[in-house]
Amino acid sequence: MTDPHIPVTEDELHAYVDNELPAERRGDVEAWLATHPDDATRVHSWRTMAEALHARYDSIADEAVPKRLEIERLVRQPRKWVYGAIAATLAAFIAGGGVGWLARGAAASPSALQNFTVHALEAHRLYVVEVRHPVEVPGSERAHLQQWLTKRCGWLVRAPELAPAGLKLVGGRLLPGSGGPASFMMYESTSGERFTIYTVKSDAKATQMRYAAQGRESSLFWADDGVAYAVVSSGIDRGRLTQIAQAVYDQMEKTGG
Amino acid sequence: MLGKAFAPDNPCKLVSMTAFRQSVEAMIPALRRYARALARDADIADDLVQDTLVRALRSERLFLGGDVRSWLYTILTNLNKNRRRSLARRPQFMPLLDNNPDASGTEAEGRDIARALSTLVEEQRSVLLLVMLEGLSYREVADIQGVPIGTVMSRLARARAHVKASLEGGRAALRRVK
Repeated sequence: MTDPHIPVTEDELHAYVDNELPAERRGDVEAWLATHPDDATRVHSWRTMAEALHARYDSIADEAVPKRLEIERLVRQPRKWVYGAIAATLAAFIAGGGVGWLARGAAASPSALQNFTVHALEAHRLYVVEVRHPVEVPGSERAHLQQWLTKRCGWLVRAPELAPAGLKLVGGRLLPGSGGPASFMMYESTSGERFTIYTVKSDAKATQMRYAAQGRESSLFWADDGVAYAVVSSGIDRGRLTQIAQAVYDQMEKTGG
Repeated sequence: MLGKAFAPDNPCKLVSMTAFRQSVEAMIPALRRYARALARDADIADDLVQDTLVRALRSERLFLGGDVRSWLYTILTNLNKNRRRSLARRPQFMPLLDNNPDASGTEAEGRDIARALSTLVEEQRSVLLLVMLEGLSYREVADIQGVPIGTVMSRLARARAHVKASLEGGRAALRRVK
């Protein structure tokens, strides 16, 4: 039903290249291209483009699939999956590479977790430089601090024991978070490096551990059981931050928040 | 009959994995390729693939047959759209993608095509990659993006013109075409 005298349209040229053209029209297009060098050049350029795309990206499909994408790993219990993914994420970012980060949860909108990370980084930046008043409740009153923050926040707030990692609890404060209160705790090493732990209620039930960096501050953050956690450090020592975050995560896991 | 087509080297796997999972698994390399071209950053790309797989596996029981391949591309495309939307609200968190070291591809040409892709708007890049790299039909892409075929074709035409101009003329030409 096609007529070779009907001019070939741009849509048809694309369809021709993409094998979407009805078979009976192919011959017409080929005849057209023979007499229309401009169109023939364009068609040629699209084919070259496809070759360039394959040359650039096919190698990725040929790579061995990374461990964290193995189906066996992903179909395990969600909880275990989160943990496995954390290990994978940590390994990936310790190894270096781009500071790619994403925050996503099962049900949470990504922006909620991102907002939360921004707040955690801001709080860290604001209070970590304080010499005289970094916290409201000092670490010497640990039990009171935990009790008070738990009461005000509405979830179980624990000040993790980070002495094995060389960190002492400086203390904590209550902060306004997005959509409710947030707990903020500060730790310090003998050499004066400070880490903070920020928690706030989260829409996400559980997410993987993610990494975010802004300026000199870097953070590992995740959500677990409806609470979002961020561990923030003033440096870019990934190994150190990972060690602390892992310890925090392990203890939250045990207390079963 | 599927068992034969997907027969894994490890017999234990055959018992534990359903045909559904196997067809998802078979798609991982292609999903990684698409994600890398779409998101450019290797870590972000694999994050996208991982989230796609998790969602797909979680919905295993809800999947009532049909084309697993298209379905996976749909999930990944939507996840990337969400990601970009949230990044747009927080521009200071944009990863510095161009610094991403990348060994694969034929050097200059690979960089050029990657850069040309980066100048496309999201929907156009997605259409271009699904058709030209992943080999999907216009119909499939229309379903993935939830638009009529005509829209797919006009996006594809614009994307090709844009990339062509980018590859040929560099930035000056790009501005003109835009």
